[in-house]
Amino acid sequence: MSSRRIENFGKINRQKQLKFSWENKNYFGYQGDSLASALLANDIRVVGRSFKYHRPRGIMSCGVEESGGLVTIGTGDRKEPNVRVTSQELYEGLIASGQNAFPSVNFDLASINNLLSRFVPAGFYYKTFMGIPPFEWGSGTSVWMFFEKFIRKAAGMGRSSRLPDPDVYEHANDHCDILIVGSGPAGIAAAKEAADRKLDVILVEQDNMIGGDQLSESEFNSDEAFKELKSLGVRVMKRTTAFGLYDNCVLGLVERVEENVTLSDRRLPKQRFWIVRAKHVLIGSGSFERHIAFNNNDVPGSMTVNASKHYLNRYGVLTGKKIVITTNNDSVYSTAEILAKAGANVIVLDNRKETNIDLNKNNFEVINGVVPYNINGSKKINSLDIANSINSKYNKIDTITCDQVLMSGGWSPAVHLLSHRGVRPVWDTENLCFVPGEPKENITVIGSARGIWGKGDCIDSGIAGTLDAINKLGISKTDYFFPKQGGWMNPIEPLYEVKSKKTRSKSFVDFQHDVICDDVRLAHREGFISVEHLKRYTTLGMANDQGKMGNIIGLSLMADLLGKEIPEVGTTTFRPPFTPVSIGALAGRSVGKHFMPLRTTPMHAWNLENGATMIDAGLYDRPWYFPKSNETIDEAYIREAATVRKTVGICDVSSLGKIAIQGPDSTEFINRIYTNAFAKLPINKTRYGIMLRDDGIVLDDGTCWRLSDNEYFMTTSTSQAGKVMSWLEELLQVRWTDLKVNVTSVSEQWGVAAISGPKTRDVLSQCLEDPSTISNENLPFMCFISATLKGGIPCRIARISFSGELGFEIYIQADYANIMMDILWKSAKQFDGCLYGVEALGALRIEKGHVTGAELDGRTTIDDVGLGKMASDKKSYIGSALRKRGVLSASDREKLVGFFPVNKNDTFASGTIICEKNNIKGFGVGRITSVTHSPELGHWIGLGFIKGGVEEWKNINVIGSDPIRNKQIEIQVVSSHMLDPKGERMHG
Amino acid sequence: MIIIKCPYCGDRDHSEFSYGSDASIVYPSLDAPEKDWVEAVFFRENIKGIQRETWQHSNGCRMWLEVERSTITHEIKSVKPCHTQLQKVFEK
Ligand SMILES: [Zn+2]
Repeated sequence: MSSRRIENFGKINRQKQLKFSWENKNYFGYQGDSLASALLANDIRVVGRSFKYHRPRGIMSCGVEESGGLVTIGTGDRKEPNVRVTSQELYEGLIASGQNAFPSVNFDLASINNLLSRFVPAGFYYKTFMGIPPFEWGSGTSVWMFFEKFIRKAAGMGRSSRLPDPDVYEHANDHCDILIVGSGPAGIAAAKEAADRKLDVILVEQDNMIGGDQLSESEFNSDEAFKELKSLGVRVMKRTTAFGLYDNCVLGLVERVEENVTLSDRRLPKQRFWIVRAKHVLIGSGSFERHIAFNNNDVPGSMTVNASKHYLNRYGVLTGKKIVITTNNDSVYSTAEILAKAGANVIVLDNRKETNIDLNKNNFEVINGVVPYNINGSKKINSLDIANSINSKYNKIDTITCDQVLMSGGWSPAVHLLSHRGVRPVWDTENLCFVPGEPKENITVIGSARGIWGKGDCIDSGIAGTLDAINKLGISKTDYFFPKQGGWMNPIEPLYEVKSKKTRSKSFVDFQHDVICDDVRLAHREGFISVEHLKRYTTLGMANDQGKMGNIIGLSLMADLLGKEIPEVGTTTFRPPFTPVSIGALAGRSVGKHFMPLRTTPMHAWNLENGATMIDAGLYDRPWYFPKSNETIDEAYIREAATVRKTVGICDVSSLGKIAIQGPDSTEFINRIYTNAFAKLPINKTRYGIMLRDDGIVLDDGTCWRLSDNEYFMTTSTSQAGKVMSWLEELLQVRWTDLKVNVTSVSEQWGVAAISGPKTRDVLSQCLEDPSTISNENLPFMCFISATLKGGIPCRIARISFSGELGFEIYIQADYANIMMDILWKSAKQFDGCLYGVEALGALRIEKGHVTGAELDGRTTIDDVGLGKMASDKKSYIGSALRKRGVLSASDREKLVGFFPVNKNDTFASGTIICEKNNIKGFGVGRITSVTHSPELGHWIGLGFIKGGVEEWKNINVIGSDPIRNKQIEIQVVSSHMLDPKGERMHG
Repeated sequence: MIIIKCPYCGDRDHSEFSYGSDASIVYPSLDAPEKDWVEAVFFRENIKGIQRETWQHSNGCRMWLEVERSTITHEIKSVKPCHTQLQKVFEK
């Protein structure tokens, strides 16, 4: 079928063909292929365009470090950009396309950028847009906003779907004795050793097959290795990436559950996000082969050496016919031999003058003392110019005709997970790589991630790793040792950049972000010499490959410019995630209505049955309004509020926080936490109280009822219920440990209905076994009483008013809440009453000037909200020492007032800024916090704050400025008590 | 991913707990002068090393705990109840 596929090589299943589409054309691959190997087998060389210059790019590696082959997979709502072709398994019906190119990766109009590259140097975007004055919210920003869309289009990566993600993701937790990251020779050996010792082992492998680098060996059988581990009881997690390592050996894993399955056959979640708590972690994450920076080293057909071995022995794909291997180390020779055996013409260029290599048969040519100098070709390689080095200057000596250039500039251990733990890697001058530092926690690094190259040594290091874990966990004392780092016969020699004599050469350090050697030199000239600055200025090592291939080259260039050694320049810190993690996996099932937990009141079902439209109020779902037939929200809440003032209304207020307070020191405790006097509150009386924080700012308001000598019942606002509960517990457990008081949250145990309006007593009387219970004599204002609803249901009734009308709150065991509502509503209907929701509740309280969370916003004092008379000066309480400190008693503080529009037809919104006339700018002199239409007054009203309070603004109108809606209206400042200031209605 | 060993509930993930404040503060009496309260409420040491903190096991037993934690490594040195009487109970 394909010229690139070689008989008798590879571990793919040639009996099972898979059809896939690339750039709207159909191709075939085999089961076991990655998208990369399938594309290569079909001789598709150009798979993308580069980020900045739009240069053609091909597949450059065989793993997660891939920075050339980034494509978009899927269509419609399953369109996923920036997928590494090397990590994507092929499946029947896979649809892939190139990105960052128009109209196609083979013919991209924006490749003009390549010719204009001297106008787009490193730091271009910063320089261009930071330079536009003034770069602040204003004109500079709008210039950026104007250009942004063009720049993003020209420079961006792939585009994701704008549609909701149709796939399901889930979260899972697990724990184990030893978690091993990576199933290479070291990881497998460690797992066997640990399983032999009866430990609970999880082995995590990001690939779909276990084996790590052994997958590039023709004789290695992954299935057998997998079966053996399973039979030993090792829990093997394939297709799972350990993306982050956190405190206490906690790992974040992402398992790609069904991404290898044809879409129509998928049944399971797309990905599973795991948090695994291990007792010990072994990191066998392997190492990455580095490329070499030289002119045009990015032309499709250039690749790392080891990748070509994987393509041949795992996928049966020979990636070139005339192959030049360029190297500075011994690791390439086994690959050269195998590629030649498969029929390629192979030449090895080794920059070392002399090498002693032990090979069985030499079916390829080796040229020593030579380096790659320049690739000729653009969409494919035509030939390679080679050079020798005299006094660190490179001179072109010859040109070799070839179709592939493989590079190996040395190997870099994958120290990422250890870097997540803050362990700095150490430079190994012998092997020219960063090797992991010594972890302080229960973590051990094994295999080539430790800088150990030989397979036998890697196996030994795996066993030593398990023994190290057993010692550290105190399971047994065993002697063990780690093989020393390295393992090549001939020492590696530095080869990072082959500097071209041409100006404007393009020697790529970081392929994915188009960072060339000259960009590093520019950064140096402009003073960005720290590694972290270099990274941000040039974007070297950013994006989804995170510089897995190019970082060391960048460091060596900077070291050279500074006249320092690489370790003195340092290395950037790797942070999680190791490879990109989808937002879907992070969110898991917490999407849609499961985004947050939902709290419902005990009469939730009743509200819905009776026509409530609900609204989210914090975590609570509360009745918003009860529309009649075609009513809008405005029509409904205005009718409801007017009905309460005229007859009667019933509202579910069960979401209030409720706390039972018991114990011999309860009175003392309560007296210390409220600003007003509570020491002499009689039994069966309730009192409105305000709590402050230590710093003198209002924490919450609510009521407190005295049930007996040593027993109280406290209500808090809905929003602060949790905070107040924790606060009381803190005071009792941390500060006032001598007080004998117990607090218990009983919020969920009670259902509460507020019933208010002039007809309230008539309605409620009909509902009680004994109507006289609630007579003015038996139940005066701010008292409560135990009563019995018809049918013998016990309840507590408090005469409290939030609406400013005659009002009661009826507290009942939560299980009886629906029955209570039935009884109350049946009675209220006879008096033309209504059900009302939080919108009407808000309207009624704003008319009265009662404050809620909008006013008690964590910045206001008790004096600011006009309740200073509730602050006792006869006792000390929490916040009393600081409530009048400096700024809190300044005369120009903003005080609570009411706002009326001068033109009674005007409306305004909360958040409106209050400004003086002719001085409409900045923060103004005040703000509106709550607004409503007042049915009683017949126009819009607002509650809010203004400097100095109402006295300062008598007969001085102000401007309500709403920059968001581009609106300014004239406003009159009035007292916050906009209705019935003497409270005659509620005492009635 | 800090693990805190609650004296009552055992080893638990830090997501079950809420941070309180600096456990080394001695709060003045309620009638103490303003300057004492300013000192207690606003002035904090920014410790590099082991710090005493209060945490509440808010999604567990609700106990307030005094935790010694390294601000460099997150290592938890010790955990005990804040309440002195409870400390005695758990010492046994
Ligand atoms: Zn606990």
